[in-house]
Amino acid sequence: MNYFTEVVLSGLTRGSIYALIALGYTMVYGIIELINFAHGEIYMIGAFTALILASVLTIFGFNTIAILFLASIIAIVYSAMYGYTMEKVAYKPIRNSQRLSALISAIGMSMFLQNYVRIAQTSDFLPFPRIIPRFPWLSALPISMSSAQFMIFASTAVVMVLLTFLIKFTKIGKSMRAASQDKVMAKLLGVNVNKVISVTFIIGSATAALGGILISSYTGQINFYIGFLAGIKAFVAAVLGGIGSIPGAVLGSFVLGLTESLGAGYISSDYEDVFAFIILAVILIVKPAGILGKGQIEKV
Amino acid sequence: MTQRLHELRRSLLVSLWFMLLTFPIMVIRVNTITGTIRWRWSNLALIGIGSFVISVVWRYAMQRKTGEVRATGVFAQVGARVGAGAEKVRTVLDSPKVRVRLVSGLLAAAVAYPFLTSMYHTNIMITALTYVVLGLGLNIIIGLGGMLHIGYAAFYAIGAYSYALLNMYFGINFWLALPIGAALAGLFSLLIGLPTLRLRGDYLAIVTLAFAEITRLVLQNWQQVTGGAAGIPNIPRPQLFGMTMRLHQTTTFVYFIMLAVVILTIFVVHRLENSRIGRQWVAMKEDYIACQAMGVSIAKAKLTALGIGAVWGGLVGVIFAARTTFINPASFTVWESVIILSTVVLGGMGSIPGVFVGALVLMLLPEYLRPFAQYRMLIFGALLVTMMVFRPGGFIKKRRKAYTITEAEKQSVIEAGAEADEDTEE
Amino acid sequence: MVLDVQKLTMDFGGLRAVDHVDLHIQHGEIVALIGPNGAGKTTFFNCVTGMYKPTGGEIKAGRPEAEIQSIKGLKPHIITKHGLARTFQNIRLFPEMTVLENVMIGRDCRLKSGIIGAIFRDPRTRAEEAQVVKDSLLILDKIGLAQWANEAAMNLPYGAQRRLEIARALATEPFLLLLDEPAAGMNPHETRQLVELIRRLRDEENLSIFLIEHDMSLVMNLSERIYVMDYGKLIASGKPEEVKKDPVVIKAYLGEDVSA
Repeated sequence: MNYFTEVVLSGLTRGSIYALIALGYTMVYGIIELINFAHGEIYMIGAFTALILASVLTIFGFNTIAILFLASIIAIVYSAMYGYTMEKVAYKPIRNSQRLSALISAIGMSMFLQNYVRIAQTSDFLPFPRIIPRFPWLSALPISMSSAQFMIFASTAVVMVLLTFLIKFTKIGKSMRAASQDKVMAKLLGVNVNKVISVTFIIGSATAALGGILISSYTGQINFYIGFLAGIKAFVAAVLGGIGSIPGAVLGSFVLGLTESLGAGYISSDYEDVFAFIILAVILIVKPAGILGKGQIEKV
Repeated sequence: MTQRLHELRRSLLVSLWFMLLTFPIMVIRVNTITGTIRWRWSNLALIGIGSFVISVVWRYAMQRKTGEVRATGVFAQVGARVGAGAEKVRTVLDSPKVRVRLVSGLLAAAVAYPFLTSMYHTNIMITALTYVVLGLGLNIIIGLGGMLHIGYAAFYAIGAYSYALLNMYFGINFWLALPIGAALAGLFSLLIGLPTLRLRGDYLAIVTLAFAEITRLVLQNWQQVTGGAAGIPNIPRPQLFGMTMRLHQTTTFVYFIMLAVVILTIFVVHRLENSRIGRQWVAMKEDYIACQAMGVSIAKAKLTALGIGAVWGGLVGVIFAARTTFINPASFTVWESVIILSTVVLGGMGSIPGVFVGALVLMLLPEYLRPFAQYRMLIFGALLVTMMVFRPGGFIKKRRKAYTITEAEKQSVIEAGAEADEDTEE
Repeated sequence: MVLDVQKLTMDFGGLRAVDHVDLHIQHGEIVALIGPNGAGKTTFFNCVTGMYKPTGGEIKAGRPEAEIQSIKGLKPHIITKHGLARTFQNIRLFPEMTVLENVMIGRDCRLKSGIIGAIFRDPRTRAEEAQVVKDSLLILDKIGLAQWANEAAMNLPYGAQRRLEIARALATEPFLLLLDEPAAGMNPHETRQLVELIRRLRDEENLSIFLIEHDMSLVMNLSERIYVMDYGKLIASGKPEEVKKDPVVIKAYLGEDVSA
């Protein structure tokens, strides 16, 4: 396989993971207009919980498939619980205060969760078990894709389809769309806004956790700090695509993932992390609403 | 009574919820190499009891905040007494006479400090004072201007590297580097402020964060110039007319430089906050739409706050480099910025005494409570959240200046008004 | 003429909130803009004051003694400096600043001192600051808020907050005062005081006044000319008695009591 396809494949892999995290950012922003800085920590907690469970299950002698499913599902549920609790503790009480307060609270939450995991577990890198089994039929493909990569693409696709379905066709999806346009009006029309916000956090956290588990089994190691950079980059992806827009978040994630991979592959891998921030600066200057976002006029 | 029981039951549920929530991370500890599990059941008990207590207090505080319950009995008395006491302290502090005494007392203590204590304590105090300046600088941006900036450590880095690099390549000395470092930091701040001028505040947060990371990554990866992750060693300490000083003398000297910078910062920030420019900043923070409508240029107000705020970071950055004689990018991570942010938020956004006390407490406590040092960031994070929920103004809430108007002045104003009216009638 | 708006149009995406509206105000007039909810009145205000950039048309304004100039698409603070000041439908004071400081912000666009002056407090800056305090007090005294000068704005009673918004706007030395629903939420007594205040300001301060209002009795009683908007379009204009009888207006207000 040539170098170029390898680079592109790795870019798409990254893009998929960013998309899974960016969804939570963009959904939360769409509804309560908050940059949830602690969102990346949920992703990290998802990966940690999966690691812990997988290790425990391995010691108990479960087989690979059982470990994969049990560890992933429990970790996702746990992360959703964390997301739900985080909203109740740190954001709900200050929903009506200044924007600045909510942002500071979010930073505090992020700092707290990171250090909670650092103290309760470890500050070292931990090897992440290969919970994704090898798929022999993958070698039949013309391009060599690892089974972790395959799982990442497949899961991202499934999540996107499910989420689109949820938002377009279900009652809660309709409520979410209503609440994101006008919370007061939605409330008057009988939408339970508190519930909608909780559900948004739960869904966003679950997808982020899925991303955390997948990427960790791809890279093979995690520590308490992985959520920070991934979170920031996913946020950049969300802004790039147009914050508040779900297709935008996905598109932005792939653009960012590819740019990073190509930049690292052809320019310099030392500055890999800088590309994301440069893209952010450029997009804010050129088209602050993002690729798919609509320019918003503030109500006076 | 049933109300109380109900509350306790809710707290019990909360505590069970948190026990469940934290179970995998708090209780299970797997050793992946030996393949053994340690079940730390004591942690479960700790979480259970801890979250129960916190929940009881939290719920009570929340109800107090929303006015659902009033304090009764002992609580009410204590509360009232503390409130009255705080008010009394406030009025006493408001009197100029007391203020002069307090400030001169503090100043005397500050001057005597390095001679009364060991070099170890002097060094700690220098660090704490550094954060006072950093906090006051960031306070201009966030406390007065209302812009969330989470990349302040980058200015600190720019100051430090300005001195280290200018000295290494051009032999520029400490005193010359001070203004250069400060100016460069201010300039950089303006540059990153520019793209966000048209955007709402939250974007600034993320752009500043990104900018700080870029700065750090460049410093870390530009091996040939900055020495990369290994940093720059052998940075000269500050000189005084070419005198040779021993280490403890230099420490004392740096302490006094730092003290002078603290005083300068307080003086300048105090002057600015009650000036035309300070009013613009606060108005922008409180309602930027109304602020524009009243004829204030938001772009200008934002840029001045960003520029002037960053200068202090650069200034103490230079001192930091001169003092430690060695710098590397690891000193300037995002968490450094967040620590500075914490000092501002906890002390009281916009309030000089607030930031001063906040920085001293947050920096000195962990130094002297070593066992807690590893929990420092955890506690800061929790404090930020709690503070925003219950007391967004910080411990020492800013009060705006009251303009004293004597009766005579008032009279003259009214007379002037009457005259003006006559003028128009003519 | 102090304000001359021609064919003003404002689109939000596919929605046309203001559609080719013509409107003018003579020096010293009190003019009202009325219409059902969502008619585009506040959007019109926002276009004139620079909060929104209009998509089409022309806005010209100028002091009575000077030539009128185009102000279309200028930044809000420049329009304020030009001499148009506004208040907001939902009160937008600086809540934690004192009442006096709120007015001092209004004076801001007429001041010159800068950062260096603020730090060194040279005589010129000091003199300017003293003058600002004096001028602002004078305005507060005129509006009847002087006794609250050092109180935080958020602690004022509701009616006083509305008046403080007017005081703050006055401080910018406008020739045209734009009031967005100044009587909203006021009781009849406060409304009567407000009517008096607006008349007095027009007479004593050499002002022209342009207001949006829902309180019909206030509009009919106070304004000399009325414009009526509906669905972004101007549907009628003229003297209060004429507008009151206009069948088009009555139709637009169907169900709302016009003659009240």
